[in-house]
Parts: sequence; structure tokens; C-alpha cells
Amino acid sequence: MLQSLFDGILVGSILSLGAIGLTLIMHILRFANFSHAELISMGAYFTLTLDAVFTAFSRALASKLPMLSVSISLLLAMLAALLITGIAAAIIDRLVFKRLREQAGPLTMVFASFGIGLIIRNVIGLVYGLKSVHYNNDIAFAIMISSDPLLLVKADQLFILALTLLVMVSLHLFMSRTSVGFALKAISENPVLAQINGINLASMVRLAWLLGGALAAVAGVCYALNNQLSPVMGRDLVLSLFAAAIVGGIGSIYGAALGGLIVGLASSLALLVIPTGYKPAIPFLIILLVLYLRPNGLFGEER
Amino acid sequence: MIGIISYLAFFLTIALILAIAVLGLNLQWGHTGLFNGGIVAFFGAGAYGMVLLGGPDRVDGLGGFSLSYPLALLGGIALSGLLALIVGLATTRLRHDYLAIATFGVAIAMESLMRNATWLTGGATGLRGFERPLEAFVGNAFAYNLLFMFFVLLCVSLVYLFLETLVHSPFGRLLRAVRENERAARSLGKSPAAVRLTAFVIGAMLMGLSGALYATFYAFISPQDLAPILTFQIWAMLIVGGSGNNKGAVVGTLVVWGAWVGSGWLLTAIAPTHLQLYTGSIQYILVGSIIVFSLLWRPRGLLPEKLSTHSYPLPEPGAPNQQTGSAS
Repeated sequence: MLQSLFDGILVGSILSLGAIGLTLIMHILRFANFSHAELISMGAYFTLTLDAVFTAFSRALASKLPMLSVSISLLLAMLAALLITGIAAAIIDRLVFKRLREQAGPLTMVFASFGIGLIIRNVIGLVYGLKSVHYNNDIAFAIMISSDPLLLVKADQLFILALTLLVMVSLHLFMSRTSVGFALKAISENPVLAQINGINLASMVRLAWLLGGALAAVAGVCYALNNQLSPVMGRDLVLSLFAAAIVGGIGSIYGAALGGLIVGLASSLALLVIPTGYKPAIPFLIILLVLYLRPNGLFGEER
Repeated sequence: MIGIISYLAFFLTIALILAIAVLGLNLQWGHTGLFNGGIVAFFGAGAYGMVLLGGPDRVDGLGGFSLSYPLALLGGIALSGLLALIVGLATTRLRHDYLAIATFGVAIAMESLMRNATWLTGGATGLRGFERPLEAFVGNAFAYNLLFMFFVLLCVSLVYLFLETLVHSPFGRLLRAVRENERAARSLGKSPAAVRLTAFVIGAMLMGLSGALYATFYAFISPQDLAPILTFQIWAMLIVGGSGNNKGAVVGTLVVWGAWVGSGWLLTAIAPTHLQLYTGSIQYILVGSIIVFSLLWRPRGLLPEKLSTHSYPLPEPGAPNQQTGSAS
């Protein structure tokens, strides 16, 4: 039970990061982006490549942080990868979604996002192979925090929790203390009025993609540290991300953060009563439940 | 010679079976603007429903009611319709992309059910032992396959006629009204949610019919037949053919299925042994690219939607035709 709670919070915090970017785009551009989860895979795999590059440059970077299986080069690689993933997200928007926005409706963008997701997923498979890999092959030992009720925790998992918390606090400060953050909020709440006030829609859309891509990349690295990297990791997460965004209410950043935790906890606790094989279906049941009971989610406004 | 004819018949049978699902999607997406992200779930519901109802008695699970074939077929179609009703009721009143998310979720839930609920679906091994109708009566396998191809052709023709009648009826105009301008449709006293739900359920039932025919042809159904790529293939077929045009849907099916089978054959022939594993990835990228590039550059497909204007004066030559800008 305690173990399930811990696992749920851990997975939930990773989902939160992915869902924040998804909900931002879903609100500002009014479409459900099914390729968002592929940004998670991209972030994780970019980090894998950059980590190898950095360690090749200097062996000193390969030294591990105390207790963790995370090396300095992996941290540097993650920082670079989140920038690259953000830029990649903005480029995909520029090449595909922007043009579809101009010539067709939001559902055409949903349609295209499925196609883009399929392409990215399989290109990753071609480049990196179909087998799953790890950032490093050392066995990370779990520390027994308590034996009854059982709670096993790996140092890496505490690192993931600290990292996600740090990212979310920084995001909160950015959104609530900076003028750019205000502008982003304004454009998502009322695009027309915000533009009258001199906020540039195109640059805010770009910012949303950069932010969404960067958050997804962090989520990808955390997920890969906790599980492993595989070309289908994004596809496995996409429904949970949508569940988190819908539970929180589309457009609400805090809702998405909370929604991620709720979906993570619910999926983890549900496995206490239902067989593991049905795990992929749990987010769907959550979505259906929310849509029937409270279609606007916890913090979403009616539209 | 018999070999070539036999292969052509096989190719055509599968393509025509898929064409029914594409026609179903055309009703949902082409005519009504509903995005179905989980076609494979409705296809699968029809397939499993039909085999469970019409198959032989099972010792290890539910099903095997050995119903006569027409009843089993109708049962499979009804199961797909029921599934669509449950999803549709939750989503047709809401943001339009919620239907995309919910249907995508149905496909994932369906996959877990297929793989795990052994008592119902046979798990990973699927359901075997279905006896194809009239097979014993015909005897000869080649003759039977030809006969089955004509049966599928008959089904496609009936579905095609049904849809053509439907989309040219007042209900068909209502579908396009809801697609183009929901508020205007509402102002005429129509209920967009009810219209969308009806179109969604009928489309899903056609996908169910397609799945049921597929399972009949192979006399067998398993999770391997219902890979998520099927949904993408059906989309590609519609968007290449021309969404909103039933003839285009059928043409698109033949073109894309030909490209799929051809590319698979070519890749297997030229790829070295250690890369054979990756031919699937290349084909998937091909399907994804067909979808994205068609949406970007040829959103109206090979045979674009024709909007009938026969009872109205034709627009001035050179005047912008408002109605044709609707290939979404």
C-alpha cells in the first residue's frame, strides 16, 4: 500500500511534467496533440546521445553523483536536450501545425499529430533500435525505508522527485512573477484581448512549444531513469497525459500538475485490485469517468 | 495462372473488406467531421463479437454459441454500435477533440481486454476454430475464396448504396451542416449532438461489419490482427482517396493497400537479413508520411468531395466557391 502510494506519486510527478506542456498547447492552439508524448521520447533519446558525446570528450564528466546512477554528463546532456527538444517542437509546429492552422480546422491538426507521432516513433526505432536500453547498466539498489508496511526506495527515485519539484516550482515562479509568464497566461485565456494589449501571438505560441518540449524532455529523462528508454515509451504514456490534462481541466497548468499526480496515484493503487495486464486501460477509465461526471475537469472553465 | 488469380482474389478480398471500414470512417470524418482515433477497436468488436456468437462451443470460456452466420454477423455489428454509443454519449456534447482522445482510449482498453481476458477473447492466442459459412458445401478452397470475394463485393456495394442514399438525403445535408457550422444547424432547431452521435454509431457499425468479415475470411481472430497500425492505414486510405467522397474512399483503399502490400514485398526482398526487423518501421513511417503530406498538400484527395448544388444556381465563374474549402 505504502509502496503503491510512493510509486504513484513518482510516476504522477513525471506525468505532471508531460501534461503541463500538453494542456498549454491544447488550450492555446485548441487541439489535442497526440504527438506530444513523442517529445518525451525525443528528450530521453537526445539525452542518451549527448551523454555519450560528453563522456567521450571528458572522462571526468562520467563520474557519478554521490549515491545516484546519474552522472554529471547526464545532467549536462539533459539540459542541452531540453533546449533541443523545445526547439524541435517549435520546428514541427512551424512545418506542419502552423500551416494546417491556417488552411484547416483544429481536428485536422489532431489528425496530423497522429501521423507525426507515428513517424517520430518509428524514426527513433530505426535510429536507436527497437530494443529498450538504459542510461547506464549499473544495478541501482533500493534502500528499505520500512519493512512493514514495505517501502523500497532507490536514490535515483528521490532524485527524480526533487528534480520534478524543482522544475514545477521554477515554472510557477516563471508564470506568476515574470511579464512573459503573464503574457503566456493572457494569451491562453483570451487571445484576442491579449493581442490588443500588444502581446505577440506567434511568439507566445513558439514559447508554449519551447516550454512544452523542454518539460517533456525532463519527463522523458526521469521516466527513462525510473524505467528504461524504448521507442514506444511516448506511446505508452500518451493516454495518461491526456487523462492528467482532462482531470485537471484543459488549460490549467496547476490542474495538469495535480491531474498528473491523481492519474499516477490512481493507476498505481488500481493495480492493488485489478490484474497488471489491464494497466494500460486505467487512464481511459479515468477519462471516461471525468467526462461523464465533470467534463471540465477540476480547474477547467466551460467552453 | 491459378496462383495469380488466387493471389489477386486474396488481395481484393482484404482490400474490399477494409474499404467498408474506410466508408464507415468517411461517414464519421468525411461527412460529419468526427475524428475517430480508435478504428481498430470497433473493427475488433465486430470481429470478436461475430466469432464469439457464431463460433463453436468453447470449453475454456464464454462464447461459442454457434449461431447461424447472418445472426452472428449482425451481433458483431451491434457490439461495435454499442461500444460507439458508450463513447459517443460521453463525448459528442463536448470539445470536439475529446472524441479523438476517448476513441484512442477505447482502442487501448480493447487491446488490454483482448490480451488479458482469456475467458472472453482467448488472450494472445485469439479465437480459433470458426467454421466459415458454406465452406463444407462448396468444398473447393479456390472456388470458396472466389465466392467469398463476391460476397464481400456485394457487401461493399450495399454499404456504398446505403451511404450514397444517406448522404444525399436530408439527413446527409444535416451532417454537413453540423460539420460546417454547428451554430447554424442549431439555429434551425437541429440537435448537433444527436446528429453527431447517430453518424458516429452508424460509422462504427460499418467498421464492425468490416471486422466481422475479416474474421470470417481468416476463420480466426487474435490481437495480432488488430495492431494499432490498422487505424492509421484506414485513415491514410480515406485521406488519399478523398474524404467526403464515397467513391474516393474505395479508390483510396485500393491505392493505399496496394502501396502497403507492395512496399512490404519490396522491403522484404531487398533488405538484408539483419535489417528485416526494421522493415515494419519503414512501412509505418511511410503510412505516417502519407497522412501528414496528404493533409498538408492534397487535403482533398484523389477524388475530392462533390457538393451537390443542383437545386441552386451555379456560382459565377471565377467567384470563390465557399463550399469547397471544407476538406477538413
